[in-house]
Amino acid sequence: MQVLLDGLMSGMLYALVAVGLGIIFGVMDVINFAHGEFLMVAMYVSYWMGFILRVDPLISMVAAGAFVFIVGALTYRLIIKYTIGKSAMSALLATFGLSMVLKNVCLNRFSPNFRLLSDTWLGGKTITLAGLILPVPQLVIGIVSMAVVGCVYLLMSRTRLGWAIQATAMDKEAAELMGIDTERIYLLVFGLGGACVGIAGGLLPSHLAVHPEVGTLFGLIAFVIVAMGGFGSISGTLLAALLIGLVEALAGFYIAPVFKYVAVFGLYLVVVLLRPKGLFGW
Amino acid sequence: MALLSVRNVSMAFGSLIANDDVTFDIDEGSIVGLIGPNGAGKTTLFNCISGICRPTAGTIHFDGVDITRSPASRTARLGAVRTFQVVHPLQEMTVTDNVMVGAFLRHRKPAAARAKANACIGLCRLEDFCDKRAGSLTIGTKKRLEVARALATGARLLMLDEAMAGLTSTEVRESVELITQLKEKGLTLLVVEHIMEAIMPIADKLVVLDGGKKIAEGPPDTIIRDERVVAAYLGTKFSQKMKSSVP
Amino acid sequence: MKRGDTFWGLLLLIMAVLPLVPGILASSFTQHVMILILLFAAMAQAWNILGGYCGQTSFGHSVFFGIGAYGAGMAVVTYHLAPWPGVILGALLAALVAMAISYPCFKLSGHYFAIATFAIVEIFNRLFMVWYWVGGALGLDYPLVDEGWRNFMWYEDKRFYYYGALILFTIVFGTVRWIESHRLGYYMRAVREGQEAAESLGVDSTRVKLAAIAISAFLTALCGAFFVQYNLRVDPSMVMSLDMSMKFVLITILGGLGTLAGPLMGAAVLIPLQEYSRALWGGLGGGVDLIVFGLLIVIVVVRQPKGIMGILNAISRRRHR
Repeated sequence: MQVLLDGLMSGMLYALVAVGLGIIFGVMDVINFAHGEFLMVAMYVSYWMGFILRVDPLISMVAAGAFVFIVGALTYRLIIKYTIGKSAMSALLATFGLSMVLKNVCLNRFSPNFRLLSDTWLGGKTITLAGLILPVPQLVIGIVSMAVVGCVYLLMSRTRLGWAIQATAMDKEAAELMGIDTERIYLLVFGLGGACVGIAGGLLPSHLAVHPEVGTLFGLIAFVIVAMGGFGSISGTLLAALLIGLVEALAGFYIAPVFKYVAVFGLYLVVVLLRPKGLFGW
Repeated sequence: MALLSVRNVSMAFGSLIANDDVTFDIDEGSIVGLIGPNGAGKTTLFNCISGICRPTAGTIHFDGVDITRSPASRTARLGAVRTFQVVHPLQEMTVTDNVMVGAFLRHRKPAAARAKANACIGLCRLEDFCDKRAGSLTIGTKKRLEVARALATGARLLMLDEAMAGLTSTEVRESVELITQLKEKGLTLLVVEHIMEAIMPIADKLVVLDGGKKIAEGPPDTIIRDERVVAAYLGTKFSQKMKSSVP
Repeated sequence: MKRGDTFWGLLLLIMAVLPLVPGILASSFTQHVMILILLFAAMAQAWNILGGYCGQTSFGHSVFFGIGAYGAGMAVVTYHLAPWPGVILGALLAALVAMAISYPCFKLSGHYFAIATFAIVEIFNRLFMVWYWVGGALGLDYPLVDEGWRNFMWYEDKRFYYYGALILFTIVFGTVRWIESHRLGYYMRAVREGQEAAESLGVDSTRVKLAAIAISAFLTALCGAFFVQYNLRVDPSMVMSLDMSMKFVLITILGGLGTLAGPLMGAAVLIPLQEYSRALWGGLGGGVDLIVFGLLIVIVVVRQPKGIMGILNAISRRRHR
């Protein structure tokens, strides 16, 4: 039972990381291979704010989110914009190049050392409920994730901006003909995707150590989640994220810790071979 | 025995019935035109014959072999090759290389394949474009490339899907000449066309589709006079005009 | 024989003679760089068969590289034999694994396929980490053996490794050159440019893709075997990792996807960059070579997707106007 709970909280974190990737893909058909590195950058922002300015991650997550929003928007403006018409692989490879640059700039400037904030509001605390242990950082992250995912969903489905985004996603030319500034939409969406993962990254230093490689695995899992849920579906991404979190926790507990990710990636392969477009993809 | 035998072929996509119980034969060495309004199911029928879709009912035989469930590559290997309405040139490859891909079907060695390819390029008057990237050609040239490529496979039945759409009148005339030449060489042709002036004079028989069903089959001079065809597709003014030009 | 063949023949001749000329390649370090260039060019070229000519982007090639490396490594370390049986078995196994894994994946389109390939790498990586028989996370360390071609091992003189790498390079590039001008090459490119059109011309795309991946995996495994013989050790994080997989991809992209010379161009740029920046800045400049590489990739993908070969072709076209 504890295991399921841990898995669920993991899944909620993954959902937040993945939803950013998902909306970018859903709207412009681009896999942002640098997504994991966006997370890492956000974590460093939050860490330095905590280390130098003594600001807690719970507050600096806003700053981190804003910072990565800008990073995302710049990425679109300087790189992605030019890959839109080209082959499917070009955005993927270009963002991979970007991820190499981001990772190694941080490696170079901040060294490969693991850095952990020692005194955070959330870190190290737990709540016990009905015999189950709820680590506070993961709990708060889970709540924040669901809130953000919910907001994104509402944005997409209830607001005019959201409709404009969906229109652009479905048919860029038709949207332009109706007066929608698709360039701005793309810019916004890439920024928004970055902001989502930025918030996640902002909170994580509450209990996780920061180092240049921290984003890589998160990134891979995010791709797997979005693909498994089906490119283009937010609910699919959420469901897949929770599923992956659960599978990871269960495999880690019942088989062996090292098999956590074998199970995760294995699950992806099984799902996608049975349903080549993911669970809800179109 | 007919070269191609289509029997009671139906093709349904969910509740949309694209082909409804279509039956006809094609004799070896003849030119058969497949005509009808847009949405009648002509390209779907092509897809069923060539193996891109599997008909939901009916059978298709090519030279006695059942190709109903045959995948596209096998049907092509047996000798029934089609071109596409929306052309699919192999963009980054040269014209010669494109045609060689077709030629390799019956000629394993590169030298023999190249020779066959050059012959087909000559037949389709593409010599000037040999080394050009296929993606850079005009639409008319791309259509000729599709034909040359299909020819190079050594097909016995060539299925042309609106090979003349979008061509200038000179190009249309050249295409008609080419088709006649191919028939003289012993090829059998199934041609989907909207340009009646092109297909009427050369077809041995026409098969008319409307709303998925076959509504008429016969030599051009009969089809012109068929009321159902005139009502569904040709129109009275046009058929009057054509009656005078069809032998 | 194409016009280009004379160029390649001359290049090989020059490269074969290089170590014999006193002065050039005198330092062990230069020889090391040359060997790596040849090795990585061969690796990238093997990937190019599937990724460039056949158009199927796979991020899973480090698995085949690893199988090849472990094949040779196991023969030497675990069974105390010469590496050659391991080399052959490893290459064959890699080809079989490639066909078995990829066959069900062919029905996946674009992004789903790409993600599946790196899911496979991650799985293999972790499995090898805990697999006792292959040495687990610690991997295999080579014991001292007699020098010579039988063991493919030299401790002082790198020149024999250089010739070994040259032979490997020739095998891989020669194979690709052969494929390029024969039916399989044409079919692979047809599948890349338009699978549906190719099928309509009688091309069995599944068989073509299987052939491409089998050959690609076989040659990649040979490179892995060379690697372990040169490196004297192997472990999962070194060979069965996404980073290694990406090297195959990125070197080819940088040099020119689907071209014969592309992989060599890419390796000739990246390897010196990698090795010299490591030598110059060492620990201090951690990752500088990768920063430059990353920037190059972004620039290439955005401005000239055809890579270095694309740039060279554009220049020569402009000259001939």
